[in-house]
Amino acid sequence: MAALIDLMLKGHKVQQHGPWPRVVVDAQQWEFAAGELQQGRWGLLGLWGEPSTVHMAIMDPFATEILVVSLDCPDRRYPSVGRHHPPALRLERAVNDLFGLSAQGLPDTRPWLDHDRWGVRFPSGDRINGPSQAMPYRFLPAEGSGLHQIAVGPVHAGIIEPGHFRFTASGETVVRLEQRLGYTHKGVEQLMIGASLERAVQLAGRVSGDSTVAYAYAFSKAAEAALELGAPDRAVWLRALLAELERLANHLGDIGAICNDASFALMHAHCSVLRESVLRASGSAFGHRLMRDIIVPGGVIGDLDDAGTEIIQAMADNIRLRFPALVELYDNTASLQDRTVDTGVLKPALTRQYAAGGYIGRASGRSFDARRALAYPPYDSLSFEVPVLSEGDVNARVWIRIREVEQGLSLIDQILNRLPEGRLMTPAGDRSEAREGMAIVEGFRGDVLVWLRLRDGRIERCHMRDPSWFQWPLLEAVVENNIVADFPLCNKSFNCSYSGHDL
Amino acid sequence: MVVISDILVQGVQMLLVLLLAPLLTGFVRKIKARLLRRRGASVFQPYRDLLRLLRKEVVLADNASWLFRVTPYITFAAIWVAAALVPTFATGLLFNWTADLIAIVALLGSARFFLALAGMDVGTSFGGIGSSREVMIAALAEPAMLLIVFCMALVAGSTQLSTVANFLASSYVGLRVSLGMALIALIMVALAENARIPVDNPATHLELTMVHEAMVLEYSGRHLAMIEFGAFLQLLLYISLIACVFVPWKIALFGTGPLAYAIGAGAYIVKLAVAGFLLALFETATAKMRVFRIPQFLGAALMLGLLGTLLLFVSRSF
Repeated sequence: MAALIDLMLKGHKVQQHGPWPRVVVDAQQWEFAAGELQQGRWGLLGLWGEPSTVHMAIMDPFATEILVVSLDCPDRRYPSVGRHHPPALRLERAVNDLFGLSAQGLPDTRPWLDHDRWGVRFPSGDRINGPSQAMPYRFLPAEGSGLHQIAVGPVHAGIIEPGHFRFTASGETVVRLEQRLGYTHKGVEQLMIGASLERAVQLAGRVSGDSTVAYAYAFSKAAEAALELGAPDRAVWLRALLAELERLANHLGDIGAICNDASFALMHAHCSVLRESVLRASGSAFGHRLMRDIIVPGGVIGDLDDAGTEIIQAMADNIRLRFPALVELYDNTASLQDRTVDTGVLKPALTRQYAAGGYIGRASGRSFDARRALAYPPYDSLSFEVPVLSEGDVNARVWIRIREVEQGLSLIDQILNRLPEGRLMTPAGDRSEAREGMAIVEGFRGDVLVWLRLRDGRIERCHMRDPSWFQWPLLEAVVENNIVADFPLCNKSFNCSYSGHDL
Repeated sequence: MVVISDILVQGVQMLLVLLLAPLLTGFVRKIKARLLRRRGASVFQPYRDLLRLLRKEVVLADNASWLFRVTPYITFAAIWVAAALVPTFATGLLFNWTADLIAIVALLGSARFFLALAGMDVGTSFGGIGSSREVMIAALAEPAMLLIVFCMALVAGSTQLSTVANFLASSYVGLRVSLGMALIALIMVALAENARIPVDNPATHLELTMVHEAMVLEYSGRHLAMIEFGAFLQLLLYISLIACVFVPWKIALFGTGPLAYAIGAGAYIVKLAVAGFLLALFETATAKMRVFRIPQFLGAALMLGLLGTLLLFVSRSF
């Protein structure tokens, strides 16, 4: 069995890439890596492009070794990974849309992010003016007697993000669901190019509003890895506090929203009150309800004073007091349990194949949590559990969130008690040569990956991979053979990001 | 002279249900909001909504047929007539004698028939889903409703609502098992027929889970106002039906004069408020059921109705 280290030794190691190595490989080794992914020995963390290079981040699931492999493709072609390993399919389609790098042998060559509205093809690559394709988007066929299609979105009846869902149903039973995303493509990665670090971290924080802390955190860690910069202790701990507050708020919101989709508004109302209390406490303590633009490369701007500590402590105590009653309400409402138990079951094998993180992975037996697996500070010195269930249904995904709320409250306590004193920022030195960095941070949805290259203190290329890339495709699998009316429940229990995915 | 006063009282009744129906829905919404610790819109909001919709222009699909355009008026008229037949504050009004409970069921059934057809008329997928689900529910709810009618008719000796109400208001009845079963079954049918939780959620924004709302998704402007008004009226109708049969206290007997009518009207409003409160309480405490559970739910209603009817054949004293 090949280890990542073998691949690393075969390739040409790139200097100034931290904290994990990056190697430039040839096509044969690229294909070898794709084959190993197919065998399930490694997990795919991300696949992204540059004008004439493709990169792929791979993780060894046992040793949690991480490696970035790069393949130069001056002729704009590279061997497809998606052909062997389906999780890469959409990533390769996106790489083609943005950079014009075509994956050879890719079974699905339809555009993904490009909806033919940009007026330019390959906007990050060769920039060919003119409409991209004459062909309308073809949805995958589903044929048979009695099948009918239901088109939902991109504009939905609720106030949510846009995405198109094409159901093929036989009566009430879903035979196939196909997603069409890309409606919220904003070109963030393109905006990043040439941006200063200050502007770039702001851009990163605007990728997905509910994960603004996670993105700024991941970006800052990647920038620090590239510059070999260490954030001061107090900043490291404050970052964890911000991340836990964000996770807490989102999980509370999700638990209520899932119940609301089963028309159980009572849970929604109470959870919304708790979520609001987290946001208000964050607003009072840090000056922004969602804690945007606080984490920056080198540390944090905005300190936590004693009053802020007290506010957060009071909020956490209040939730600790009131949350158990809500958990009991959830668990004891038979009509609600009837909706969530055994609905939308995600099989553990699929979770492993897609290396799906967050509550989705952990509800289906995949225990990966970047805070534990990568143990980045301060989580290496905090005590917490990573809840894992194997049922994989909506109920399990709710329970993972409930357990994580409890863990989050405990983490907030520990951080507040042990918050070290000291500086908030380490000034960044001038670095003129190209330096690359990468970071993986556990956001509330799962692991957010940021990879970047800096030159002269500016961003040359930055890629941000939302956990939803490996979660959206699983939703398609989960809904199959469920009934149409249960889709909103499954969808909400996944709560994938549109904005983070479309970027 | 007697005829004129009859028509007058009947007219007052028809106007009363028209006036009270939006208020009842507004009241239920308000209570639900308060139970969720929200402030909630004013109880008069449904009136404002109706006015707003009436003023708005109608957006019609290109392929909408005449059926799509006339359906809102047909359903509204059918439900209003049905509501006029149910004793509210007094029994024995003019129209009460022209049709019985079976006619009310038939009127509501034809309203739904047209609505289901209109849902499919434009050819959108949601309309089709809504209509198919609605008809599935109706196919189960209507037999249950008829069995409930038979059960009550066996007790009171008539399918005429006024007679039933008069009989049940009298002291001959006492506590009866079959009537208890009929009451539970009728409540279940009423929840299903009015698209309430746990069968349908009137407040949802999720297109894929809607039943009634999906069917009328293409309607707008005054058409939508008519359909909404019809839905308000139908809720009032079912509550009035349950009230006049199972809690007929203080209901005015025919020809007892204005004072009795006033007392009856007061009692009626109190009954509506209590029923609305209970409905809101129930809806807050339960989640919506899976679509394929609805047959079991309504099957239980059917069985209760059947059991009540059969018990009456065993002995008239049940």
